[in-house]
Amino acid sequence: MKVLVAVKRVIDYNVKIRVKPDNSDVDLTNVKMAMNPFCEIAVEEAVRLKERGVATEVVAVTVGPKAAQEQLRTALALGADRAIHIQTDERVESLGAAKALARVVEEEQPGLTILGKQAIDSDNNQTGQMLAALTGRPQGTFASEVVIENDKARVTREIDGGLQTVELALPAIVTTDLRLNEPRYAKLPDIMKAKKKPLSVKTPEELGVEVASRLTLVKVEPPAERQGGVKVGSVDELVDKLKNEAKVIS
Amino acid sequence: MSILVLAEHHDGQLAGATAHVVAAARAIQQDSGGDIDVLVAGENVGAIADAAARLDGVSRVRVADAAVYAHQLAEPLGELLVALADDYGHVLAAATTTGKNVMPRLAALKDVAQLSEIIAVESADTFQRPIYAGNAIATVQSDDALKVITVRATAFDAVAETGSASVEAVDTVVDNALSSFVGEELAASDRPELGAAKVVISGGRGMGSGDNFKLLDGIADKLGAAIGASRAAVDAGFVPNDMQVGQTGKIVAPELYIAVGISGAIQHLAGMKDSKVIVAINKDEEAPIFQVADYGLVADLFEALPELESKL
Ligand SMILES: Cc1cc2nc3c(=O)[nH]c(=O)nc-3n(C[C@H](O)[C@H](O)[C@H](O)COP(=O)(O)OP(=O)(O)OC[C@H]3O[C@@H](n4cnc5c(N)ncnc54)[C@H](O)[C@@H]3O)c2cc1C
Ligand SMILES: Cc1cc2nc3c(=O)[nH]c(=O)nc-3n(C[C@H](O)[C@H](O)[C@H](O)COP(=O)(O)OP(=O)(O)OC[C@H]3O[C@@H](n4cnc5c(N)ncnc54)[C@H](O)[C@@H]3O)c2cc1C
Repeated sequence: MKVLVAVKRVIDYNVKIRVKPDNSDVDLTNVKMAMNPFCEIAVEEAVRLKERGVATEVVAVTVGPKAAQEQLRTALALGADRAIHIQTDERVESLGAAKALARVVEEEQPGLTILGKQAIDSDNNQTGQMLAALTGRPQGTFASEVVIENDKARVTREIDGGLQTVELALPAIVTTDLRLNEPRYAKLPDIMKAKKKPLSVKTPEELGVEVASRLTLVKVEPPAERQGGVKVGSVDELVDKLKNEAKVIS
Repeated sequence: MSILVLAEHHDGQLAGATAHVVAAARAIQQDSGGDIDVLVAGENVGAIADAAARLDGVSRVRVADAAVYAHQLAEPLGELLVALADDYGHVLAAATTTGKNVMPRLAALKDVAQLSEIIAVESADTFQRPIYAGNAIATVQSDDALKVITVRATAFDAVAETGSASVEAVDTVVDNALSSFVGEELAASDRPELGAAKVVISGGRGMGSGDNFKLLDGIADKLGAAIGASRAAVDAGFVPNDMQVGQTGKIVAPELYIAVGISGAIQHLAGMKDSKVIVAINKDEEAPIFQVADYGLVADLFEALPELESKL
């Protein structure tokens, strides 16, 4: 079975972002970029499936600017066999990404496609579900466990009230939650080897899809700043403030 | 055009989030006009439909009651929404794991963008939503004929329950050969739901063990609080995942949020910084949580918690 993993280039999760002074967007000049943490988990899961002999090939794909090839190389260093770059400088939203990925799914026919549940920049949490709908495949979102057996995927999902398990007919789409696995770090020899693994580049036009954004970004503003408050010296003072100043307990 | 709200429900009851989503629908209606319908989809959901009919501002409750909709799996529910969507200009759901699971399917099949987790309505086509873990607020406008939206429930005040909408059956029944429900492990708790509680007390890695979370129980009992956790506490296995507050957990905005042994990573702050009053108890006076706390207590939690419980 072939496994396809979608990875996205995003701002590193440790970076504190700033809004541009003209409020047109977030300022991404010279900030550290990295693979979306949920996509690292997706790559790890795919590589583990291969190590267990369930997957035969792991293909990493991204939709984004030229620089996103760095994240594809990371995926290759982590154990993906080859990579596909859908290159575009457009501001791609989930629907556009899902349409491009759907074309790749049609061409590659993976038994399983794994995506992150959300990208930590736009926090959309849409792409995997949209891809599932566009390809007519079942989805196991927010997965904390994936078991492949008899042409089915049994996926345990993190839902608001606890955990839910569903069984999906393969081919299927899975999106990762935080506790699915703990991704490994790439070792130096693997990083060197990754440079020689195949990486093919296509454009959305070649795939016949329109990825440009449908939404107009009117403005981006910083959130209302919270004023830091005071330090209290004792539990008594805390209880007193909560009762008499904040009036949130009685 | 009218507005459709997908009702959120669990265990035979309408979830509180629905009344907040109807409030967002009313804000849209002020600009767009039209009626507000609520869709209740599931199996044996008559009582839920009756509860939805009492929500203020709702004209009509549409009920899709069939075995295929039990457990609200995304594939059949998405198809049902696609079948109904032509009557509407907006389809809204709560940004819960159910709403997040199904709404993008509707959007993709209708070839429209989705607006995730809106926190304010500026007009019928322009909305605010947090991006980058709430470190920026984007105002986005959609020209799509159908607007598919998930709503952050804590950002809208619930509508009252004095209405009396009509209740009508929907007879669309779809097939589902793609997915099936196997089982569920739901956390049983007598405490209020995290997303709806007026007081939330959360423990982090500083709690040291799952057993030590008992130190929060007595305080939660006295304050009628829900108990939450940081991701570090969940990952360490102290408590189950459904207690996680943050960017990738639950978003809460109670009257009072008490963070105990939590450092205040941006991903955690994203889930609680809209709380009215924030209290932090941490032994490290440099912990970033103190920058957002209204009241900070620099103390060892193993001493502060028993004392706090006795003084409430
Ligand atoms: C305010 C704003 C500003 C933006 N600015 C920029 C910008 O400056 N530059 C820019 O390039 N984009 C920009 N974007 C686009 C944005 O970063 C995302 O590419 C887009 O919203 C895709 O949806 P998502 O990542 O939120 O998807 P989600 O649904 O949150 O992502 C889930 C998963 O889908 C997969 N996935 C998503 N996108 C891709 C992809 N492109 N390739 C492969 N897999 C993917 C990943 O596995 C990911 O974990 C902006 C978006 C917004 C809303
Ligand atoms: C993609 C992504 C998504 C994430 N999503 C979330 C999320 O949704 N929610 C979330 O919470 N995190 C999330 N995180 C993790 C986040 O970055 C932090 O790692 C996490 O919040 C830290 O949890 P903590 O504060 O409990 O632990 P720590 O940072 O280890 O802090 C423990 C604190 O306890 C204090 N302490 C220790 N002992 C005592 C004592 N005896 N008395 C008093 N204080 C004590 C310490 O001083 C310290 O400040 C995410 C991370 C990533 C990469």
